[in-house]
Amino acid sequence: MSKLDSKIPKGPLKDKWTKHKNDINLVNPANKRHIDIIVVGTGLAGGSAAASLAEMGYKVKAFAYQDSPRRAHSIAAQGGINAAKNYQNDGDSTHRLFYDTVKGGDYRAREGNVYRLAEVSANIIDQCVAQGVPFAREYGGLLDNRSFGGVLVSRTFYAKGQTGQQLLLGAYSAMNRQIGKGKITMYNRHEMMDIVKVDGKARGIIARNMITGEIEKHSAHAVVIASGGYGNVFFLSTNAMGSNVSAAWKIHKKGAYFANPCYTQIHPTCIPRAGDFQSKLTLMSESLRNDGRIWVPKNMEDVMAIREGKKKPTELTEDERDYYLERRYPAFGNLVPRDVASRAAKERCDAGYGINATGEAVYLDFKSAINRYGNEKALVTGIENPSDAKVLELGEGVIEEKYGNLFQMYEKIVAENPYKTPMMIYPAVHYTMGGIWCDYNLMTTIPGCYAAGEANFSDHGANRLGASALMQGLADGYFVLPYTIGDYLADDIRTGTISTDLPEFNEAAKDVTDQLEKLINIKGSKSVDSFHKRLGEVMWNKVGMARNAKGLTEAMDEIKAIREDFWKDVRIPGGMNELNPELEKATRVADFLELGELFAKDALAREESCGGHFREESVEEDGLQKGEAKRNDKDFAYVAAWEYKGEPRDAEMHKEELEFNDIELKTRSYK
Amino acid sequence: MDLTLKVWRQKDKNDKGRMETYPVKGISEHASFLEMLDVLNEQLITQGTEPVAFDHDCREGICGMCSLYINGEAHGPDRKVTTCQLHMRMFKDGETIYIEPFRSKAFPVLKDLVVDRTSFERIQQAGGFISVNTSGNTQDANALPIAKPMADKAMDAATCIGCGACVATCKNSSAMLFVAAKVAQYSYLPQGQIERKERVLNMVDQMDKEGFGNCTNTGACEVECPKGISLEFIARMNKEYVTASVASEK
Repeated sequence: MSKLDSKIPKGPLKDKWTKHKNDINLVNPANKRHIDIIVVGTGLAGGSAAASLAEMGYKVKAFAYQDSPRRAHSIAAQGGINAAKNYQNDGDSTHRLFYDTVKGGDYRAREGNVYRLAEVSANIIDQCVAQGVPFAREYGGLLDNRSFGGVLVSRTFYAKGQTGQQLLLGAYSAMNRQIGKGKITMYNRHEMMDIVKVDGKARGIIARNMITGEIEKHSAHAVVIASGGYGNVFFLSTNAMGSNVSAAWKIHKKGAYFANPCYTQIHPTCIPRAGDFQSKLTLMSESLRNDGRIWVPKNMEDVMAIREGKKKPTELTEDERDYYLERRYPAFGNLVPRDVASRAAKERCDAGYGINATGEAVYLDFKSAINRYGNEKALVTGIENPSDAKVLELGEGVIEEKYGNLFQMYEKIVAENPYKTPMMIYPAVHYTMGGIWCDYNLMTTIPGCYAAGEANFSDHGANRLGASALMQGLADGYFVLPYTIGDYLADDIRTGTISTDLPEFNEAAKDVTDQLEKLINIKGSKSVDSFHKRLGEVMWNKVGMARNAKGLTEAMDEIKAIREDFWKDVRIPGGMNELNPELEKATRVADFLELGELFAKDALAREESCGGHFREESVEEDGLQKGEAKRNDKDFAYVAAWEYKGEPRDAEMHKEELEFNDIELKTRSYK
Repeated sequence: MDLTLKVWRQKDKNDKGRMETYPVKGISEHASFLEMLDVLNEQLITQGTEPVAFDHDCREGICGMCSLYINGEAHGPDRKVTTCQLHMRMFKDGETIYIEPFRSKAFPVLKDLVVDRTSFERIQQAGGFISVNTSGNTQDANALPIAKPMADKAMDAATCIGCGACVATCKNSSAMLFVAAKVAQYSYLPQGQIERKERVLNMVDQMDKEGFGNCTNTGACEVECPKGISLEFIARMNKEYVTASVASEK
């Protein structure tokens, strides 16, 4: 038997979760007081889990590397959160949300998990409203919705362009209530350095106090990893500077399988990089593609003239522009899913049509929308034969109402007025669908160790739909984990407090200290960032938006070489027993340098194109879909779960075959 | 552009601290302020000096982790931006820039430009929540309509990112704008009514215990707030506080 048992409950899809909840073991309230749970990460998944578990009566210890749980990167999500409420009466249902998510993920997610996600989605909105989350409302006082890419209904709830912030503050307030009551002990500015296993079970973690440098031992009966995604393996991404893979990677090295590391979402509309000093990339919400048209010049002379500053984009006539998404995908136009839009931008820029100095930017143009809205507004307000200037003024007003904060953000960063000249955009790494493998209960292959939110792999398949990340994080933390973890902990009611004096804790603490000493004593010549940038360059060029066997093989060797160089030549000033940001970065980059190699290996093994993973060898060769990504369900409809075996390249793949009983597998076409 | 940086260096909480001078050359006007500090740090590491420690994370103006007092202004000379969104085009070639941590008794310096803002955490823990447990059977979200103007007001208050610029910029080190933002958010919403009185009393009480000063209506906090939180919310909190003090069952 394979070691991978997904533990999907038997029975019809729509009854699985209800039946499972009725079947699993519970822990009595008096016993919960004697059970400790560690939660690593305090974003939407970790924060909501910590609060809910504490409310139930467990003793929770929560860890965050930031100075407050409120700063976790969930806070940066802009657009919204999906829920199958059907408030708009447009035919939405649990089944439709389930179907959209599985299809959007290019049929590489588990049916059972996704259905449960859709099922609890509506309850998330109820819970958040009860907490006082100020969602956008209509004049009648009811909740407002908007529409997102890849779906045919309006099911996205939002709070201006700050939905992630408001949802996180909701979870944070629930945590604060429990911290005040002493039910959660909060460890700010603490970083998890390793997991501790006793008799094969997860029984605690080793953490570093980032202010004093002290290495601390913390025990618990279960450990929840909710540490987010690993997009920063690319160095440049829309992730926060501190976002890292370390907690996930440490548990991987201790026995948790890492699933589908190559599934990465590259978001099409981000502000392009401006120079070598660039430290991160900023996302411009997907909602902009509702009104913006994407284009590059048709003629190379115009590209050159624009790059040299001799011509302005606004001077080009319609005939001189190539609206390449509208040309290639007439049915969906500028609203094709994220992976398709990103690849199309890369194709044009690779062909030399990129319009800025780096050659990596395309235009997102609101001129047509401004004109259209301006004329509509003139009509509505009764202005006859409006002048062009009036139309422009009215149109810009409408655009400002819809996207004002985004336009302002763009102007602050780029110093160009996007009302007057088209925005420049380029794809950037945004989200990682891959992550720690877990079963239906969210338990990893280490007993007692759970993975939630972006850190796990379970719900988005090979591509995530917009506004679904917030939904999944909160579903895991509020409504899944609090039920499923009890099933495991029911066996622990007589265990008593786990002692941190056990040899397993001392060994793990010593290993952590040894590794830190080793790092700091390399005293080489290059900064941590210089290695991170080199890794990022290899990842972006060879493991990025388009991948092929040759590039991936080279990438594995190149990453290994950078890693070896890192361990010989990195320079970390300062000491171990103090606040030392360079040391923090070094431990994270050390893990990225290992993950990167496994990432490339996974991409090499998956000889098909699906979702965000595009293999140049696997494209449609003829017919209407010629040149588009070609999925191979016969050979690759499985989850690739990797077991650590020493070097990242020696990892062993375990397959979890994906079964589709309620959905028919189809080719995604947007032509 | 070439710049002279005067940067606050302080080894730890107990160190006295001092200003140090560092020249930096060839900075792009398109770089953000923190990217300029990255360049400085890369330079310091190469020279074998310890880099300058500063707080930062999302670098897109929402997490509230970055701080810095730049040329005497919280988050620097631009308006409605955090330090991570401040760009070097706001400065002139050859300029001398003074960079200090946010200063307040309630924000002790941990190292260089990094301060401890956990006093904000304790204020939130004192009452910045609505006491509702996670529940599988909450009432339907639309069973509780909320008038749009009230919902919008609550949202305006809720956009506070908890960075502490209001405290740093206030001559009294007052945290009133920060506390008022949370008190006001819940006071506008029907969900917040049950605990309305205890909330404001407890949060203000904790604010005082942490050593923050009082408000004398200079309005500097509103000017420097990267999210433009309105002074109006402080007036609202004062009203809430007075009402609660008179009517409290405590």
